Order: sequence, then structure tokens, then C-alpha cells
Amino acid sequence: MTRDIVLEARNLSKQVSSPEGPLTIVRNVSFTVTQGESIALVGPSGAGKSTLLAMLAGLELPSSGDVVLAGQALGALDEDGRARLRAERVGFVFQSFHLLPSLTALENVMLPLELAGREDARAAATDMLGRVGLGARARHYPRQLSGGEQQRVALARASVGHPTVLFADEPTGNLDTATGERIAQLLFELNRGSDTTLLLVTHEAALAARCDRVLSMDAGALLRDVAGAAAHTHA
Amino acid sequence: MRSLILALRALRREWRSGELAVLWLSLTIAVAALSGVGFLVDRIGHAVELQASEVLAADLRVESDTPIAADEQAEATRLGLKSAHLTTMLSAIFNGDANQLANVRAVSAGYPLRGQLSVADRPFVSGSITASIPAPGEIWPDSRLAAALGAGIGSELAVGARSLRVTRILISRPDQSSTFVEFASALLINDADLAATKLIQPGSRIRYVLLLAGEAAQLDSFRRWHQGQEARHERVEDVADASPQIGDASKRAARFLALASLVAVLLCAVAIAMSARSYVRRHLDAVALMKTLGATRRLVLAVNLWQLLLLAAVASVLGAAAGWLTQLWLVRVLQGLLRADLPPAGPWPAVVGFIIALAVLAGFALPSLLQLTRVPALRVLRRDAGPPALSFLAAAIPVLLAIAGVVYGALGQLSLSLWFLLGLAAAVVALGVAGAALVRSAAHVRGSAGVAWRYGIANLARRRTESITQIVAFGLGLMLLLALAILRDDLVTDWRASLPLDVPNYFFVNIASDVRADFQHELQSQGAQLTRMLPMIRGRLLTINDRPLSELHFPGVRGRGFAEREQNLTWASELGDDNRIVEGHWWTAADAGKPLVSLAVEYQDSLGLKLGDRLRFDVGGENFDVTVASFRKVKWDSFRPNFFVMFPPGLLDASAGTYMTSAYLQPSSGAMAQLVHRFPGVSIFNVGDLLAQIRAVIDKAVSAVQTVFLFTLLAGLTLLLAAVQASREERLYETAILRVLGASRRMILTSVLAEFALLGAVAGVLAATGASLGGAWLAHALDLKYRFNAGLWIAGVVGAMLVVGVAGWISTRSVVRVAPRSVLY
Ligand SMILES: Nc1ncnc2c1ncn2[C@@H]1O[C@H](COP(=O)(O)OP(=O)(O)OP(=O)(O)O)[C@@H](O)[C@H]1O
Ligand SMILES: [Mg+2]
Repeated sequence: MTRDIVLEARNLSKQVSSPEGPLTIVRNVSFTVTQGESIALVGPSGAGKSTLLAMLAGLELPSSGDVVLAGQALGALDEDGRARLRAERVGFVFQSFHLLPSLTALENVMLPLELAGREDARAAATDMLGRVGLGARARHYPRQLSGGEQQRVALARASVGHPTVLFADEPTGNLDTATGERIAQLLFELNRGSDTTLLLVTHEAALAARCDRVLSMDAGALLRDVAGAAAHTHA
Repeated sequence: MRSLILALRALRREWRSGELAVLWLSLTIAVAALSGVGFLVDRIGHAVELQASEVLAADLRVESDTPIAADEQAEATRLGLKSAHLTTMLSAIFNGDANQLANVRAVSAGYPLRGQLSVADRPFVSGSITASIPAPGEIWPDSRLAAALGAGIGSELAVGARSLRVTRILISRPDQSSTFVEFASALLINDADLAATKLIQPGSRIRYVLLLAGEAAQLDSFRRWHQGQEARHERVEDVADASPQIGDASKRAARFLALASLVAVLLCAVAIAMSARSYVRRHLDAVALMKTLGATRRLVLAVNLWQLLLLAAVASVLGAAAGWLTQLWLVRVLQGLLRADLPPAGPWPAVVGFIIALAVLAGFALPSLLQLTRVPALRVLRRDAGPPALSFLAAAIPVLLAIAGVVYGALGQLSLSLWFLLGLAAAVVALGVAGAALVRSAAHVRGSAGVAWRYGIANLARRRTESITQIVAFGLGLMLLLALAILRDDLVTDWRASLPLDVPNYFFVNIASDVRADFQHELQSQGAQLTRMLPMIRGRLLTINDRPLSELHFPGVRGRGFAEREQNLTWASELGDDNRIVEGHWWTAADAGKPLVSLAVEYQDSLGLKLGDRLRFDVGGENFDVTVASFRKVKWDSFRPNFFVMFPPGLLDASAGTYMTSAYLQPSSGAMAQLVHRFPGVSIFNVGDLLAQIRAVIDKAVSAVQTVFLFTLLAGLTLLLAAVQASREERLYETAILRVLGASRRMILTSVLAEFALLGAVAGVLAATGASLGGAWLAHALDLKYRFNAGLWIAGVVGAMLVVGVAGWISTRSVVRVAPRSVLY
């Protein structure tokens, strides 16, 4: 069975200027991802994982190279074009949640649907919140929720629009093992349930092992690209 | 000292990270606006006063029918006032056989203390300014006198027993129109020649004047000293006594300027408060962190206090410098308005600016700072662990004190300040309540509005406290500005209307009753615009409620004047639209011949009278007893015949009197010569010069008011900046998240526009309502007729919507350009 390519990195590089001169934090990264795949991005701290993820999701522009997401070259789109593409195709989960503090849990989840102009925003968001187990906390504000609960809201917000690709940057990094496990489970359920492509950055070997592929980075460069189980045995 | 070092270090770091910019900027602009307004008010107020003072040729005149007591001069010298002497009398002046009655004015060096003399070598030409006075042995006749006597440069004129040589022709002097008595032609001689003229004889009517000029404080001291003296025959007169129109204009201009600077102060105070608030909020984390790292409460407080003080100091110095430069620039722009020889503005406005900035900063930031030190260290772990709720009083008292101090400092009157504060408090409460209501209803926005609008409006409800604060801040600022704008319009309209171009420029006195009709006819045929003609009878007040005046004590100079001197009285059946009854009733036709009297409020105040009081007047040796029936407020600047004391018709008709009227005549028409020829008994006074002087003062006052208003607007912009910036941080964060979720720039900008436009509209409606009420009250305080101003109302609401909306939009525009990643990681 051949599957569509939903994400492609073409020679991605990122340079930033630092007090010590220009610094290359991502170097010539290329790879492709097909629909429904789950991929772990691993590597030591400072390797450039978050930077790469942000470029893939169009949150940041590469210095050179391009990203093709759902058939669209991000470099060819303007800021609003990328935003529109994100609204339709992308979900993003941050390590530090980033919920809007002035919105309730439900409103946070409704937001992407509202932005896409969906009429059934409330119903869909309520349903999604229920699926992450927070149906009873819909009217609570982020500050009234624990870290794990906030991350579940963030996850619901990222998945409610049935994105083609779901990016997650250390989604369990801020959480204890049990809560982290719960979040991971949810992630994979969503991935399997709606054929969403999952790209997650993680330091946890167990989590990486559950993915179809593991990409390892160091010093901005892609070192290896192996199947999950193989990565586990070689590590 | 450790705290100071830590504070400096923290400031340096925060400065580099851009954290401090908003607070620092609004502080700086606030101090700049404050000191700028202060500097301007200082200089412009001075300019208006000086212009007004020219009418007197001095700031104060001490006048008497007997020589001025030596101690008056001594006190003036002691206080450091400039002084000059002026002695005037009427005398016939001879050039050979030709003679003419003229007003002899002997002056000492320094005359005139305000304004300038202009002279020429021929009569009736335009003169050039001179700084000198006639030397001993010289005489400077004015054009009319020189022409009448056929005298020119080199002629010898006899003044009493002394012969003096004409060296200049006097073209104009600043005090030529201050009193009606002095409308005869005039001449200047040196004080030193006065004795030799032998004109000073027992029984001759001589007026001795000591002219004084100096700083307001010195003048006040002098006035107080004078009032403390018992039973003086000298009277002290200032410009308001001599020319009520000019006194009025400059007094109201001064009050407006004080109000305008107060408004500027309040606007800046709110701006500082807004930024102090967000500064403190942003510091919560830093403080919590310091505590987890082991800092004591005391150290945290000390470090933060140092930071605040340093910040205020730097901002104040820069702000004051900016204010001073702006003022310099404005003075340059307003060249015609401010005279170059004005002393530059003193350092006071800068000092006041600094103190006010510090007071307001302390008032608003201190309570929050004290609260900061109680932030639990836990906040580092749990974001919702804020400081314990601030008790309302702890927050309100320093703020109230700061504001009250500022208001009292500007208004200087306890009751006025209290009313102002009360109004302000009511406005804040009303704004807060209305803001809360709006925020509540915004939460229920549904339906057809686009997602951006809905999101923006719903944001108002989500950021509850912030929104209400912003509504109060915008509303208050706008209300103050609108009220000031209304007031400015009223003031300027009133001034302009008070002296239309065809205001009477000639007064005619001494019109005998038998030529009255002819005279009126003649005037009309000359194309004059006539005003009413009123009888004029000399009379003296004898008793009040049967008590002779000598038994009564009147505190003011004016009261004594009314009591001691003969007054001009009149009767009339019509009130005239330049008179307004403030108490009692104007007579009807049925009251003709009844023993009633209507008095001007000035008369009432000076003599302490009330309705129903019985007054006895002596008119030509006959006594009249009358009852006070009404009090009138007279618009003296109508330049129509007006009298302090008016009787109903039919009461005094038998007393022989003359008539008086005023009219507007083209200055160039040859009508005067004809009138003089046909009615030699009628005295004609030209008030054209006085009108020109009044117009000059009013013009200055108008531009002063306009300029200072502009500066106040600047202060309003500061507030706008601070209020919009207050939520910028939050919006930066939210915008980044929205963009991750796929919101377009347009959607984000539209939602911000919606949010701020609604904020602005609500603030505008509330402000316009408040301003209409406040404006009415202020107009009352400034003695103006309040006019409802619908245009301004609309402009206020629409303007606020646009300005606030656009300001929010502009400040967010830069935010949407930032890549989301740089905000969110
Ligand atoms: N805007 C920037 N300016 C300078 N350096 C940057 C910038 N953004 C990232 N870096 C640097 O680039 C490198 C890669 O950062 P990145 O956040 O991608 O690492 P990471 O692999 O996600 O690390 P971690 O596992 O700790 O999250 C780091 O050394 C970081 O300091
Ligand atoms: Mg990272």
C-alpha cells in the first residue's frame, strides 16, 4: 500500500546571529513523512529539535531550504497563507501548554474551530474535551487546572480540527510519568483513530519506541532515520 | 547599599530587555507635558497679565487726592517693586494768546512701568517708541493739544507759572484710555518741573498716583500691607478695577490655564498609574524568584523602591528637559504672542513636574509594590499563586492623597478643589459601573458578527479587570479633554462675541435734555449705530436702613468708594439685554414712580446689601428713600450706558439731569467735527483705543488658551499610549497562540480593532455625558453661559472610537509581525 507524502523537509537550514557571530542551529535536514505515520524526533538538548519542528509547522521560516506541507510549499506562502494552512491542516502541542489564560478550557478548544468559521464549534469542542477526559472541567480556566490537565486541553485544542499533521514538542516533558503516559496514549489514539500524522519531540526512549520511525538529531544535523524498534535496539 | 546595587543591576537588565520602556516613556512624556504646560502657562499667563497691565501703565496704582503718604513708597521699595510717580490735573495751557484746557501729567523717571510711549516730531503721524520721559524744562503735548495751540517742536508753552519747551509730540501712551475723566487732550512734563508751575494750590483738584510693577507675589504682599492700614485716603487699583473687560479676560484666561494644566496633570497621572500597574504585574515573577533565591521581604522592597526612584529621577530630568525645549520651540512659533523681553520661564514648572510625577508614581505604584513583597515564592511553581488581595483602602489612600494634592495645588481653593475631587470621584465610579455593565453584556455577544468581531468583543469580557480599568482610564481622560474643549469653545466664543467689530466706540455724555432729540437725530443721520440713551444724575448715598454710612464699616476699597463719592444714577423702564436680574424682580409698568431701586451686583457685594434694604440718596439736595427691588449682573463690556444704581421711571424725572449714550461710528468719518460744532456742550469720549487694547488682550488670551489646550491634548495621547501599551504584553502572547492556531493577521487585527473601538465608543459616550455635566459646572465656575454642544459630543464618541481603535490596531500591528516561535518558546 503506497501512502501520500504529507510532509517533506528539503535541505532545511536555520542560521541565527549570536554575539559570537552567525550560528547554524539546523543544518541541511531532509526527510519525508507519509500520511498516518508517527515519528519521534530525538537528540540531546540544544540539538535543534524545537527549531526544526517550528519550521516544519511554519511557525518560523528557514534560512534556506523549504517545507512542503500537505502539498503546499511553505516558502511560497505569505504569513496569512501559512496561517490558513495551519488552521486547516496542523495541530501543535507545546511543552509548556500555552493555553490562553483568559479563555476557559472549552473556549480554548473551540478557538481553532471558530477561527475556521465552523458553526458546530461548541459541540465539537465539548466532544473533544470529553475524549481527553475533561468534560467536567469545560468551564474552568487554565490556572485552575493542573499541568497534566492543561496539557490535555492543549492536546484537545490541537486535535479538534482533525489536522493532517500533529506536531508535539515534548508534550510530556513537564509531567510526571503516569500523567505523561496518559497524554502519550491519547496522542497515539488520535493518531490511529483519524489517520493523523504525528511528529513528536521527546527525550523518553519508551515514547520514541512506540513510534513508527525515529529521527535522531545532533548539533543541528539529522544523524539517523530508523524504524522504531530498530532505534530501540541500537540505542 | 546592596539594595541599590541590585536595583541598578536589575534596571540595566530590564532596560536591555525592553521591559521598562512603557513605564519610562509614559513617565517621561508625562513630565514633559506637565512641565511644558507649566512653562507655557507661566509665560503666557505672564504675557496676558503684562498686556492687561499696560492699560494702567503699571500693575497697581495707588491713587489719592492728597499727596501719597511716604510709607506707601517706602513699603513698595522694601518689597522690591518698581515704582514711578504720576500727578495729574486739568489746567489751561498757553501758547502766546492761544489757550486750551488740557490734562497735565507730571511723570517721574521709569514711567510708564508697563507699555510704552510713542512720540514724533509732528502731530497726527505714527510715532516711534521711546524709553525716556520729558527732561526738566521740556514738555510733550499730544497731537490734539499741539494742533489746537498751533505749537510745534521748539514752541514755548506756559503751564501755570512755568514756561516749557516742546521737544516731542506725544503720539500715544499706554494709559490714555483707562478712565473717562482723562479724555481731555494731554501733555507730559517732568515731575521736577511740577513745583515751579505753581499749579498745586489749596483747593485745586489734583490726582496723585504711585505706579507700581513687579512680581505677583510682591504685588500681593503690597496689597495686603495696604489693606492692613487703617483709614487711608489712598486707594489701590489694579487692572480689573480700571478696566473690568480686560480684568475679566485675563482672569478667566488665567483660570482656564490653571484648569488646563490640572487636566494635563490628571491625564498624565492616569497614564503613569496605568504603566505602574502593568510594571508591577510584570514584576510578580521576578519578585517570586528573588524570594525563592532567599531574598528577604525587606530587600525585595528596597530593591524595588530604588528602581522606582531611579526611574522617576531619570524620566523627570529628561521629561523636564523635553518640556522646556518644547516650550522654547512654541514660544518661537508664537512669536507674536509672547514678547521677546519676557523673562524666561522659571525652574518651578520642572520641579513641580518632578514632584507630581514622583507623587503619582508613589501613589499608584507603592501600594502594588508593598503587595509585591508578599508574593509567595510558590508563584514560581504555580502561576495562579498571586499576592494576597490588596485591601481597597491601602490602595486608595495614597492615590487619593496624590490626586488631592495635585488638584489643590492647581486650583488653590479648598471648596473648589473639593467639588472637583467629588466630581472626579463620581466620574470614576460611574465609569467603573458602566464599564462593568458593558463587560458583562459583551460576554453574551452572539449571532451574526464575524468571528473576529465576536472574538474581539468577547475579549473585553474575558479580560474583565483590564477592560474596566481601560474604560475608566480612557473615559476619564476623554471626559477631562472634552470638558476642557467645551470650555475653550465657550470661552473663545464668549470673548469674540463680547467685542464685535461694531461695538460702540464713542461715548456721549452731558447731553442736555432739550437737545436730546436733535442730537440723536444728528447721530443717526451721520450713519451711527445708536445704543440706548439714559439720564444721568449725580447723587450720593446717605444711609442704609436708616444708619448713616459713617457708622458702617466697609471692608473693600470699592465699598468705601461707593460710600464716599458721588455716584451717577439713572432711571429706566427697560432692563436691556446686557443686564440680567439675579435676585428680585425688574419693575413693571405699574411700578412707575414707586420708591424702588435696582443695583448692580458689584454695588451689592461692596456694600453688603440684600433685597428689601432701605437706602437714602441725596440727589441735588433732596433726599429719596428707596427699597432695593432687584440685583443685576451687568455686562460692562457691552460698551453701552450702564449704571450701578437704577431707579424706576417717574421717581427722579423732576431732577434736572443730562443724558448719556454711546454709538458706533466709522473712525474715519468726519462726523465728530460736525457734532462738536453743533453740540458744543456734549462731551465726546473716544473709546476706540481702549477697545483696541482690550482686543489685544483678548487675542492673546485666545491664543494662550488654544496653545495650552494643544499641549493638554498631548498629555491625552500619553494616556492613550500607556493604556494601550498596558495590555500589549498579553496581546503579544495571545496573538502568537492565535497564529499557531491559524488565525490570519487580518482576523487578529480586526478583533483588536473591534475590542478597542468598542472600548473607545463606550468611553466616548460616558465621557461626553460626563463632560457635558462637568462642562456646565465649569462654565458656571468661569462665569460663562453654558452652551450644549452636540457636535463636540459626536466628535467625542466617534473620535474616541477611531483614536482608541486605531491606537490599539497600530500597537498590535507590530505584534503580528513577530514570528510565533520567538514568543512561545
Ligand atoms: N533565536 C535564537 N537565537 C540564538 N540561538 C537560538 C535561537 N533559537 C534557538 N537557538 C539555539 O539553537 C539551538 C537549538 O535550539 P532548540 O530549541 O531547537 O533545541 P532543542 O533541540 O529543542 O533543545 P531542548 O531539547 O533543550 O529543547 C540551541 O543552542 C539554542 O540556544
Ligand atoms: Mg526544544
